[in-house]
Amino acid sequence: MLKNNKSSAPFYTDVWFWVKLMVFVIFVLFLIWPFSSMITNAFASSKAEGFTFYNFNRFFTKKYYYGALWNSIGVSVVPTLLSVLLGVPMAYFMTRYNVWGKKVWHVLAILSLMSPPFLGAYAWIMLFGRAGSVTQFFLNHFGIQMPTIYGFGGISIVLTLKLYPYVYMYTSGAMESIDSSLEECAENLGSGKLRRFITITMPVVTPSIAAGALMVFMSALADFGTPMLLGGADFRTLPVLIYNEYFSEIGGNGNFASAVSIIIVIITLGMLLIQKLWVSRRNYVMSALRPPKEVEVHGFTRFLVTLVPFLITFFSFLPQLVVCVCSFQTTNYSSFTGGFTLDNYTGLGKRLWTAIRNTFTYSTVAIVFIVVIGILMSYAIVRKKGKTGGLLDLLLMAPYVIPGSVLGLCYIVTFNVKPLVLTGTAAIIIISYIIRKLPYTVRSASAFLMQMDPSVEEASINLGVPPMKTFWKVTARLMLPGVFSGAILSWVTCINELSCSIMLSTGKNNTLTIAAYTDIVRNSVGSGAALAAILTLTSSIILIAALRVTKGKIRV
Amino acid sequence: MEKIKKGVRLDHISKIYQDPKTGKDFYAVKDTSLEIEPGSFVTLLGPSGCGKTTTLRMIAGFESPDEGEIYLGEEPINELTPNKRDTAMVFQSYALLPHYNVFDNVAYGLKLRKVPKNEIKNRVLKILDLVELTGMEERMTNQLSGGQQQRVALARALVIEPSVLLFDEPLSNLDAKLRVSMRTEIRRIQQEVGITAIYVTHDQSEAMALSDKIIIMSKGVVAQMGTPQEIYYHPVSEFVADFIGEANFLKGRMIGKNGSNAVLEIEGNSLNVPDHDGMETGKDYTIVLRPEAASLADRGGMPCRVVLSCFMGSYQNYHVMVGNTLVKLEEHNPKNKRIYQVDETCSLVFDPESVHVL
Ligand SMILES: Nc1ncnc2c1ncn2[C@@H]1O[C@H](COP(=O)(O)OP(=O)(O)OP(=O)(O)O)[C@@H](O)[C@H]1O
Ligand SMILES: [Mg+2]
Repeated sequence: MLKNNKSSAPFYTDVWFWVKLMVFVIFVLFLIWPFSSMITNAFASSKAEGFTFYNFNRFFTKKYYYGALWNSIGVSVVPTLLSVLLGVPMAYFMTRYNVWGKKVWHVLAILSLMSPPFLGAYAWIMLFGRAGSVTQFFLNHFGIQMPTIYGFGGISIVLTLKLYPYVYMYTSGAMESIDSSLEECAENLGSGKLRRFITITMPVVTPSIAAGALMVFMSALADFGTPMLLGGADFRTLPVLIYNEYFSEIGGNGNFASAVSIIIVIITLGMLLIQKLWVSRRNYVMSALRPPKEVEVHGFTRFLVTLVPFLITFFSFLPQLVVCVCSFQTTNYSSFTGGFTLDNYTGLGKRLWTAIRNTFTYSTVAIVFIVVIGILMSYAIVRKKGKTGGLLDLLLMAPYVIPGSVLGLCYIVTFNVKPLVLTGTAAIIIISYIIRKLPYTVRSASAFLMQMDPSVEEASINLGVPPMKTFWKVTARLMLPGVFSGAILSWVTCINELSCSIMLSTGKNNTLTIAAYTDIVRNSVGSGAALAAILTLTSSIILIAALRVTKGKIRV
Repeated sequence: MEKIKKGVRLDHISKIYQDPKTGKDFYAVKDTSLEIEPGSFVTLLGPSGCGKTTTLRMIAGFESPDEGEIYLGEEPINELTPNKRDTAMVFQSYALLPHYNVFDNVAYGLKLRKVPKNEIKNRVLKILDLVELTGMEERMTNQLSGGQQQRVALARALVIEPSVLLFDEPLSNLDAKLRVSMRTEIRRIQQEVGITAIYVTHDQSEAMALSDKIIIMSKGVVAQMGTPQEIYYHPVSEFVADFIGEANFLKGRMIGKNGSNAVLEIEGNSLNVPDHDGMETGKDYTIVLRPEAASLADRGGMPCRVVLSCFMGSYQNYHVMVGNTLVKLEEHNPKNKRIYQVDETCSLVFDPESVHVL
């Protein structure tokens, strides 16, 4: 076919070519390369020559190791199922009924999802642990021994209460998008309420439930803080194993930890593929012309429909209250003695300021990069698809698939040797933040951009404003709300990041999250609570302020 | 300051897209050549997906042609990016900048051109006066009605004094009444400014009302270009005849000549029609008969049977069968005429001069 190519300018004069190139370079350097070095690392060992399956053999022959695999699957599958059980009804009541205090429950759900990763575990230990206040209360007054919070059950409960908001948010988003005429139509045809829910509502929202469930699964599988605190000596999960093995393999190169990392990535990847295949076969694209109306209920019914979101969010928000209360209590070594004090805060001294300074410097530097790269990248994905758009999209999934501790390990094995030595620096922590938290911003910005009328940009160019100037003057400007809500999530999750930064920090780089977590692990519960309270409070204030500004338009 | 008017010329233009489903290439616009005269108002008309928008966007520079060359005046413009082309476009969605008020929207293109401040002000106010929006300068665009937004979009395009104005279905978001008044408005402003305008629509009455010339497109190619009258009375194909207005097609064979007329046999009747070049005896032809050009009588034309008779106010609508062919006709001003009922047999009469032979 005859084409006169003279009409299209050479690729290297196109700014978007350079933007895509830059994004690829960043991802190759800080995701693909480290990940490949880790793979190579997994097939090497000090116990064997050259290429070897030694590490995998060891993993699958020792119960100590493969037991962790089953544990991990258990504490991912169970919270996923429980989250569906909590999230779907909550979404249904919240979108369909005039629940009291709707906004409050919604905000609380977001706050629990965005809370520091070890917070739930810590608070539940404080309440139901061996010396926990509830445990003691039952023991002393009724002589009842509460079931243990440590191990499988406790981890599952804590993870569920933290992660169910994924299901709730995804599902309620889908429920709001069902055109009311569809349900009215079913009603017209004489379907009862339950039948209507099963035949109309469920099929339409199932893909969203699945997407939310997948997020729960991947986050639970990757979670490091909770099983570390609640696992005790004999319940290990894979991320814990990675951390322990790396730091106990004295002088080792993390060969065994790398092998474990590969196993965990294979599981997440597998789940992701299954979900993609399943969703691609049932994709109901909907745009509600008339969003469904709230049902007005009164009196006792209204109380009942409110009770569901209230109870769920109460228990999921409880840890944050517990931590704040604990932070003002006097301690005696590793347990609280009940009096009121500010010592936990004042005792932190210089350590607090270092932690605060680190937290805010790292997360703020990261967020500046995330915003700039995010704006450019989402534009390239949505408007300049070309042949590489799909690849960019795929790269964005990577941070969800690769757990934080795995990325941390990748960075350690790659960047503590030449040509690029970065371990022990603040830069490596910031880079890990950028790679892991960029997707929030890109996703939110692209979703926003997709709904923006492209002819506004064209009009500007058409009126004589050059494309790049138009981009910054019009497009980027109009994208800001989408970028903003995404960037807030990126920022808050950076502040609360634990699993990756704890592998990369050398003490002087400790952030608030790392400091709080290490104190808790070392049984310095008072100062840990103080740090955690500061952290929670900061995240909550940022999120609530952002929700105000965006009028609630922050979607995870 | 009087600008030299420029025309637009498309020279064997093609645009190839890839079908997203099958991945196959196809021509959205194929080997199209056009000449649009300076200062004229030309509409691109055609069914959905025929390549109108694509053609317009190639002129504006948002798409680059895969083959051929586009000229603005005498200058080839394929190489120019959209911001360097002397064209201005009015979009279907108006595409106003939501973060600017009316004044700044209109001034947007001028600011870039480093026009002095007070001149910007003068020109914007003058244009706003032309589109009858004086006094709305401070409004944000979401505080305007659809018709007002459309006029801001028009003003914004006009104010930079482009050589060519491009419109892509600018009125399709408006209600029927406003559409009619806006199109008169657009025509008035175009004539006042004397600018070349290319207008995409799939509303034929809009095309008729606005245009000096109409270009009918079908599946990526130009089916016919001509004045509204030429297109209506002398369509070159059944497609064009059917697309513009209602048309009946009567098929017949030429059986001889009668002076300057050709004699066709249609459903057993012989009919004298104006001869045109190259008509040959023995060949099949189709004649186009407009519904308003025919009427019913007791005798004297082609015998027919009424299958539908319906009073429409200003006319009586008939469907009749002439042999095996269905003919629709409109008898205007039916008040004092004989009304034929369903199943009556009567006669279809029309002036042979008013039919068009394909
Ligand atoms: N970016 C694109 N990629 C692939 N195909 C396209 C693209 N843009 C348009 N097409 C196809 O090219 C053909 C012509 O499209 P065009 O938009 O020019 O139609 P149109 O005449 O303006 O129709 P309408 O009246 O519906 O606006 C259509 O078949 C359309 O699907
Ligand atoms: Mg179009």
